[in-house]
Amino acid sequence: MTAIECRDAAVRRGGRTIWSGVDITVAAGEFVAILGPNGSGKSTLVNVLLGLLPLAHGTATVLGAQPGAHNERIGYLPQRRVFDEDTRVRGRDIVRLGLDGRRWGVPLPLATRFSARARAERRLIDGAIARVGADVYAGRPIGECSGGEQQRLLIAQALVRRPQLLILDEPLDGLDLPNQAAVAALVQEICREQGVTVLLVAHDVNPLLPYLDRVLYLAGGRAAMGPPAQVITSATLSGLYGAPIEVLHTSDGRLVVVGQPEAPHQHGPRHGAGQGHGAGQGHGGDEHRHGPPHVLG
Amino acid sequence: MNPHLTLNLVQDVRELLAYQFMVNALEAAGVVAVMAAVVGWFMVLRRETFAGHTLSVMAFPGAAAAALAGLPLAVGYFVFCAAGALTIAGRRSVAQQSAVIGTVQAVGWAAGFVLLSLYGGVLEDLETLLFGSILGVTGGQVLTLALVAACALAALALLGRRLFFASVDPPLAAAGGLPVRTLASAYLLVLGLAVAATAQITGVLLVFALLLAPAAIARELTPRIGLGLGLSVVLALLIAWVGLGLSYFTNYPSGFFVSTLALVLFALARGTRHLRGGAASRLTRRRRALGSPRGQAVGG
Repeated sequence: MTAIECRDAAVRRGGRTIWSGVDITVAAGEFVAILGPNGSGKSTLVNVLLGLLPLAHGTATVLGAQPGAHNERIGYLPQRRVFDEDTRVRGRDIVRLGLDGRRWGVPLPLATRFSARARAERRLIDGAIARVGADVYAGRPIGECSGGEQQRLLIAQALVRRPQLLILDEPLDGLDLPNQAAVAALVQEICREQGVTVLLVAHDVNPLLPYLDRVLYLAGGRAAMGPPAQVITSATLSGLYGAPIEVLHTSDGRLVVVGQPEAPHQHGPRHGAGQGHGAGQGHGGDEHRHGPPHVLG
Repeated sequence: MNPHLTLNLVQDVRELLAYQFMVNALEAAGVVAVMAAVVGWFMVLRRETFAGHTLSVMAFPGAAAAALAGLPLAVGYFVFCAAGALTIAGRRSVAQQSAVIGTVQAVGWAAGFVLLSLYGGVLEDLETLLFGSILGVTGGQVLTLALVAACALAALALLGRRLFFASVDPPLAAAGGLPVRTLASAYLLVLGLAVAATAQITGVLLVFALLLAPAAIARELTPRIGLGLGLSVVLALLIAWVGLGLSYFTNYPSGFFVSTLALVLFALARGTRHLRGGAASRLTRRRRALGSPRGQAVGG
């Protein structure tokens, strides 16, 4: 079964074509990473799949229907936001929002004592929290949880309604190396165990390499899709960027993309620190500073 | 008979309840406390204290304008508080919003004084307007208050979950199809109307103390939603009634006792949390500092 299908898709925003001629096929139960430099339209693609942004050209089908038609079957984690230290709301209540945050009214006190549905919902919440291993800190204010703990709770929130498709926008951003690896491994486990299709947006493939099925690489207004070993190559990326790109394999298994041109539009300062631009000719070595996959696995 | 405070609590309460004006005052304060505690809980959650304060200030020019136009003061309160709420609502960025709120508040004070001097200054005295005259509350006013409180609480009960979602995590709520900005406007309108209704009876400043303090104290004591709301209501009733009682026995203004009591309880709650959770949160901070090399600059 196909979870997502796009044919010859193109998107325009503010008079500028973000990408065009994009073909995507994602099978149910696949773990796919969406990669690409800043401004290449990764989050734009997510918005298209959620039905928040129309295509300028081509077709898109999500879970067998128009994008946006089945959003209740999609678990979505927007680009990372940190709950500040003073947020006095329990992680558990944040998880619960994934289940009932869109309903009218208020939960009644003692509902679990009288209503079977309330008990079933409590089991769903407990299950999602246990799945991401957050039992210990789910009762604490989320502002006091570490970045990795917050991210696990947010994944539990996306999971709590047992979605068929999980769309995670940069869930590894801002996490330290062990947490990046642990969250990537957790996402793969959930993908395999519950048969849920996962789309994960990232700007560095290295922490994900051991866990991925395929990647979708967006660059230069176009896209390439396939297993990492076929897509992240000098030939494919040079074709996408329309400029010479070299992919180096380090001895410990990491991929380093060299010669990646500056993106025309930076989203802001948030990604700047992660990428080693700075070479004098307008080309930066994107030296991925992240740990080797065999250590992470 | 002069008020006489004894060490016998039962006798003190019996003395308080012997006068109809005191009974009315305690009823009015109780209704306001319950409403303010719940509305204020959302205000603290949403970090809209500044907006709440500004809306309570709007009652002042509202009253002055109504007096100038020869309308009932209540009309002025409602119109100005609602207009203030709608002006503040619908701003996209936090920076823009706080600038607008500040401007609205400054204009509110200025307009209030101008309107008052245009009117000729024979309006019920300014002090009553700002600090309330809760001891002069009539039975009819208590009924009006109860009606407004019921409306405000019903609105919040209807919106509850959605408003909570939109307050805690606006981007995700928006992605899930919730009208985040409409919810924000609706909440400010409830806040404005609640403030307007209560300001005319308890005074502008007393409302604000009851709106902010109980919710802020409850927030220090527990992160749980239901417990926090319940605590907020209990604390608001305690603060309002004890404040009123002390005011009766000492002949000093009730606003002073209410706000001082609120401050003392807040300091106690804050201290307790610091003693209890200080070590844990220091650990979290250290772990964060170690764990995330790119730090907390990662915004959304």
